[in-house]
Amino acid sequence: MAGAEGDDSLYPIAVLIDELRNEDVQLRLNSIKKLSTIALALGVERTRTELLPFLTDTIYDEDEVLLALAEQLGSFTVLVGGPEFVHCLLPPLESLATVEETVVRDKAVESLRKISQEHSPVDLEVHFVPLVKRLASGDWFTSRTSACGLFGVCYPRVSSTVKAEIRQHFRTLCSDDTPMVRRAASSKLGEFAKVLELDYVKSDIIPLFTALASDEQDSVRLLAVEAGVSIAALLPQEDLEDLVMPTLRQAAEDKSWRVRYMVADKFSELQKAVGPEITKNDLVPAFQNLLKDCEAEVRTAAANKVKVFCESLPEDSRETIIMTHILPCVKELVSDTNQHVKSALASVIMGLSTILGKDNTVEHLLPLFLVQLKDEYPEVRLNIISNLDCVNEVIGIRQLSQSLLPAIVELAEDAKWRVRLAIIEYMPLLAGQLGVEFFDEKLNSLCMAWLIDHVYAIREAATCNLMKLVEKFGAEWAQNTIVPKVLGMANDSNYLHRMTTLFCINALSEVCGQEITTKHMLPVVLKMSTDQVANVRFNVARCLQKIGPVLDSSALQAEVKPVLEKLATDQDMDVKYFALEAISVLALA
Amino acid sequence: MSSAATTAPSVDKVDGFSRKSVRKARQKRAQSSSQFRSQDKPIELVQLPLLKDVSAQEQPELFLKKLQQCCTLFDFMETLSDLKMKEYKRSTLNELVDYVTLSRGYLTEQTYPEVVKMVSCNIFRTLPPSDSNEFDPEEDEPMLEASWPHLQLVYEFFIRFLESQEFQPSVAKKYIDQKFVLQLLELFDSEDPRERDCLKTVLHRIYGKFLGLRAFIRKQINNIFLCFVFETEHFNGVAELLEILGSIINGFALPLKAEHKQFLVKVLLPLHTVRSLSLFHAQLAYCIVQFLEKDPTLTEPVIRGLLKFWPKTCSQKEVMFLGELEEILDVIEPTQFVKIQELLFKQISRCVSSPHFQVAERALYYWNNEYIMSLIEENSSVILPIMFASLYRISKEHWNPAISALIYNVLKAFMEMNSALFDELAANYKSDRQRERKKDKEREDLWRKLEELELRRGVQNNRNDIEGE
Repeated sequence: MAGAEGDDSLYPIAVLIDELRNEDVQLRLNSIKKLSTIALALGVERTRTELLPFLTDTIYDEDEVLLALAEQLGSFTVLVGGPEFVHCLLPPLESLATVEETVVRDKAVESLRKISQEHSPVDLEVHFVPLVKRLASGDWFTSRTSACGLFGVCYPRVSSTVKAEIRQHFRTLCSDDTPMVRRAASSKLGEFAKVLELDYVKSDIIPLFTALASDEQDSVRLLAVEAGVSIAALLPQEDLEDLVMPTLRQAAEDKSWRVRYMVADKFSELQKAVGPEITKNDLVPAFQNLLKDCEAEVRTAAANKVKVFCESLPEDSRETIIMTHILPCVKELVSDTNQHVKSALASVIMGLSTILGKDNTVEHLLPLFLVQLKDEYPEVRLNIISNLDCVNEVIGIRQLSQSLLPAIVELAEDAKWRVRLAIIEYMPLLAGQLGVEFFDEKLNSLCMAWLIDHVYAIREAATCNLMKLVEKFGAEWAQNTIVPKVLGMANDSNYLHRMTTLFCINALSEVCGQEITTKHMLPVVLKMSTDQVANVRFNVARCLQKIGPVLDSSALQAEVKPVLEKLATDQDMDVKYFALEAISVLALA
Repeated sequence: MSSAATTAPSVDKVDGFSRKSVRKARQKRAQSSSQFRSQDKPIELVQLPLLKDVSAQEQPELFLKKLQQCCTLFDFMETLSDLKMKEYKRSTLNELVDYVTLSRGYLTEQTYPEVVKMVSCNIFRTLPPSDSNEFDPEEDEPMLEASWPHLQLVYEFFIRFLESQEFQPSVAKKYIDQKFVLQLLELFDSEDPRERDCLKTVLHRIYGKFLGLRAFIRKQINNIFLCFVFETEHFNGVAELLEILGSIINGFALPLKAEHKQFLVKVLLPLHTVRSLSLFHAQLAYCIVQFLEKDPTLTEPVIRGLLKFWPKTCSQKEVMFLGELEEILDVIEPTQFVKIQELLFKQISRCVSSPHFQVAERALYYWNNEYIMSLIEENSSVILPIMFASLYRISKEHWNPAISALIYNVLKAFMEMNSALFDELAANYKSDRQRERKKDKEREDLWRKLEELELRRGVQNNRNDIEGE
């Protein structure tokens, strides 16, 4: 360990500590963030004997400083001399784990969890577990809350007597009288169950789970739902019915919508954990109820799960269950009163077609797609359009194209630019599925209209869209359909439109290739170098720099170089700057 | 001139496409309710005779029957269903309100459980989800409770019942218990301000009449606040609960119990950190000042707390903090003032030099407060050196002329207070600045050396790694 000791003369601890005490919070914060540097300067010995005690004593500070400290200490093991000394880090972290501010506490717990792994089993019992016990029996709720997150990391590595104590402490916290602690215990219950021996899961965890799941506060109950999923995954199939299902069934019908929402949100995990039989008997009716729930929030969460739920149904009865139980609910949701519900459904409903196959899709799903394509909310329509690929695989998109077109046109002209942006992003995909003829006939004009949109983000996206279309349909198509229109805009009276021409050329030159670029695009760009608007001129310079690599050297020397040289003497400084940049990048000097 | 006509063209201007979506602006769901809609078929209640139409002997029984009828809940989201029966329940509730207000001898023991049951049935319910996840009480319209036509009367009935002269807490405590209070407190999260107002009165009465529940109520309010501050930042009834607490604190006996001091330091002070402080700041500041008037020795921890939580980026909150601080200074004892003056004026000196003129202005207004001025004057030898540098610098360079004028007045006041010290500070101003700059440079040097050291170590370690392979 050469050089493990710091140099006293250079870095007296007083100076360093002075820095950590500075009146200015920002400077204090900076110093704390460089705590590892300070420790390095002090060496491991003095870090242990002087720096850490100082940090432990001055724990009263701004939360932001404490947060940085809590984070730093998690990776301090090397700086105190390696795993055999790691327990020196416990006192400051213990204090940090008791402060009020949640972020600080959580970070301290995270660091404690991290360094727990660096403790030897003996150190864990001698130093770490006592700390956990102290926290677990602290006066103020904050320390007890923090303790909840630490049981799971030490349990697997301690002796059976200590294990019994840890279980006892956890039990106590689960019935703590502040809801904050019960919430923390409830949220760690699943994690703790995973490290327990199966017998103890049954004898200890199940009663705790049942109690937390029927807590008087819904914020505690809803956290127990997630724990229930983890516990269900740990138990053998034959125990599920007796031990967890009654509680889970009750959660799915809880009087608080937050709890029901949680069940809906965790439904796929739940389905996986309980297996096919219970799914068929219990989860299907529960899911139906959630889809019909009186709160839109719950229906939204459930609607999001429709596809995954159906996909994971046991194969032998999948189709029957969907057709008789799920589809009727889905049909109702299509005309739900709440837009979020419909939008959630629209984002997954297309996925059902692969599960149900061609005939069912045409007969049962297609009408629903069509209804959603005409929905009053753009988001719903957009979600349908963005998932067209699933249907395309099963029945082909032609079935839909009649309804698709008006929907696309309407979205393309939506007053909200974000909606327009979203539909542009699907254009290349749609073009691929609908084919070039249909595209030319119906959608091409839309794509060109976006180029002169009022919003820059739309014009930019439209430019990028053109490039992707050319990648799909080829250079020849580009030359015949879009290049003339793009170049035509170079004579527009609006300079923003003239610039759009340049942006399009930037995007298109590479995919269109040398011939089109040299023959058709370059002359237009060169001509624009005399534009009266400086912004257009410097964009000419940038454009030339961009398309330069596509051109051959004779065109560069004969045509590009003189123009750039002229621009380099422009009276506008930006034009000059970009012209010079282009000259140097293209090596024309 | 219709508003539609005036808005349409402006949309046109901003955006090329104007056809639809605009008219669909947001149709706000102004009402909501999360009562379970269990009933599919219409509800039929048997019309009972009016209480005043039956003999005094029959009244108690009829009263009970009516209470039972009023346990029936109606779905107000369905505006057209059960209209007749809704009206019947409304008039019955009205009648019950009058009955408990005017009648004598109606409160027999068996009425207590029935009253509490009827109230519980009606008011205890899961609150509906907020319309938007980011409900901002300052910006958004609150969602009103759809069943208010009934709910309001139930609350009114319950308040009259609690306030009735015949009301006996010793009997009622069997039914109005901890569980009841807990559910009542949860309702304070209601978005409907009318409901929270009723709840405030109800809780106040219960706190006043049920001594056995007081500690429990305080503890649960604690929990609600802690959860609000450290977990959710969402609870609609904070202002109302603080208002109740304001009068509770007023009634605390001296010396204050440790529990109450802990509440002040660990719950009330952290409430200052919440984003939506403006919604309950007045009530919060009132509670804090109540505490200080009870026990002046709490001044130091309170001011230290405020300084710890002093807003760094939110100027509006900073102005509120300055306002609260002035309220505290108004009642501060000179002996307490001396204990915290240094810390306090370091912060104030930062505030007067804030580039946000409202913050600077609010802090400079302290000098218009006679009591604060007298405290400053007594301690000018400590305060002036802390304030001087900021004032002197800002007097020359603040962008806002109004601030410059205020600063000038403050400097003048200081000069009159202690001209010798003032002259000395002015003379030393330049050399002090130079000393500060030198210190900054030393700090930079120190850190540079430390970083070099780290780099060197890094290189060394890498070399060791390679040699080790």
